[in-house]
Amino acid sequence: MLKDITLGQYFPGNTVIHRLDPRTKLLGLICYIVALFLAKSYYSYALMALVLVTLSVLSRIRPKTLLSGLKPLIFIVIFTGVINLFYGSGEPLVQFWIFKITANGIRTAVFMVLRIMLLVCGTFLLTYTTSPLQLTDGLEKLLAPLKVIRFPVHELAMMMSIALRFIPTLIEETDKIMSAQRARGASFDTGKLTERAKALVPLLVPLFVSAFRRADELATAMECRCYHAGIGRTRMKELHFAARDVVALALCAVLIAAVSVLRHYGL
Amino acid sequence: MTDPILKIEHVSYTYPEAEEPALRDVTLEIARGSFVAVLGHNGSGKSTLAKTFNGILIPTEGRVLVEGMDTADEDRLLDIRRTVGMVFQNPDNQIVASVVEDDVAFAPENLGVAPKEIRQRVDDALRAVGMYDFRLHAPHLLSGGQKQRVAIAGVLAMRPACIVLDEPTAMLDPIGRREVLATVEELRRERGMTVVLITHHMSECVDADRVIVMNGGRVALDGSPKAVFSQVETMRAEGLAVPETTELIYGLRQGGFDLPLDALSVDECADAIAAIFKKD
Repeated sequence: MLKDITLGQYFPGNTVIHRLDPRTKLLGLICYIVALFLAKSYYSYALMALVLVTLSVLSRIRPKTLLSGLKPLIFIVIFTGVINLFYGSGEPLVQFWIFKITANGIRTAVFMVLRIMLLVCGTFLLTYTTSPLQLTDGLEKLLAPLKVIRFPVHELAMMMSIALRFIPTLIEETDKIMSAQRARGASFDTGKLTERAKALVPLLVPLFVSAFRRADELATAMECRCYHAGIGRTRMKELHFAARDVVALALCAVLIAAVSVLRHYGL
Repeated sequence: MTDPILKIEHVSYTYPEAEEPALRDVTLEIARGSFVAVLGHNGSGKSTLAKTFNGILIPTEGRVLVEGMDTADEDRLLDIRRTVGMVFQNPDNQIVASVVEDDVAFAPENLGVAPKEIRQRVDDALRAVGMYDFRLHAPHLLSGGQKQRVAIAGVLAMRPACIVLDEPTAMLDPIGRREVLATVEELRRERGMTVVLITHHMSECVDADRVIVMNGGRVALDGSPKAVFSQVETMRAEGLAVPETTELIYGLRQGGFDLPLDALSVDECADAIAAIFKKD
């Protein structure tokens, strides 16, 4: 069950998309999200879907892998769709009791579902093609201007990369604790919801205790390796913008422009 | 012992809010290029002692000098830590990055080394521990022994003169243990590094130049492995077992056989016993 978590998973590769500077990819994702919220018609959503398909083909990430990221979100997607279905205004197409479904409602529901799916897939495409270290490096560089207002940019990036590093370790540990509790008769997947929630307490307590112990040891080990915050720190792999990054960013601008034009003409 | 790399002078240390001191008036010198094993059971103060070597713990009394630098001097802390590298018990809690080579680069990055030089140091350190082929792997998919070797490489990338290993094999299986010990042995032989190995496995001390036995925060015994292990009664009184070879010879001696107690290695021990039979 826990092994299914794909958050922060990275598929190494050497495609154009993989080689893009992480800053370009982060900015690209922001552009994609902006464009997604500007989209108001079937045409613009088709365009957004086409962009996503093109990117996944370019990065050789199989559509199945991309869609598997949606699995944990199925409930939210369906829920949003159903809610929006009943909240449309105008002539009802179908009506029963206090519920009515309008053409407008169907339209909004379809758009909302598409929007969430494209948003999630787009984000996953970023983490699938960018190593966690590159990602946090890119974020650190992009947020660097915030240092002026004393925002702890380096610390934030460091925390993110350590959190990503420890996800598999803590998952492994959770599995181990669950097995130990099961061996002593605990049950995690039977009983009522409240009972299951209660069963999590003896799981979470040792997990937290161990996480704090790990954090303490890690801090000592980092100090031993001369960590003293971001002051005077260099990087082995420096980030460089290449020609392809300029092209990619230009294409992002074109995408936003295209969606804006479609929106303007009500398409 | 000219120009020792580490000088521990009358060091005592009491943990905050603890009543009993963990170290009581310890004075030691560690010679450059030597292999020193520090033995002791849990709570003997051996790990506390190790943590004073690079300023993780500052002695409450006395001082520790690393190549003449006082560990209490905060301005020299980075120089001290890059001179004395430290490896801990749990490899999982020492690895900071999600890719092996990025993790090894962590220390030189902190030291502000130029990117090209970092690359060189990382490759060099990974080759030294035999993990170069795994440089692009994710650490959590490696075996315990491999992870610990990555942790050692992470310290080597600082180019330290001395490496302190605090029970580096305690969480490893026998294969992992062998891998790590072979790596340590190679560092000492081929790079002339000073090695301080904190352990409670007797067998890991046999090849050391010097064995220090800690008990109750004090140095109980200090000398060559042969000299230390032949004091079987004292070792037992300290709650420590002696190596199996010594145990065997000690038993035979008590049974009336005339055998040397300092035959530590299996070969030496076998030869000594064979010699007795030949005489008859």
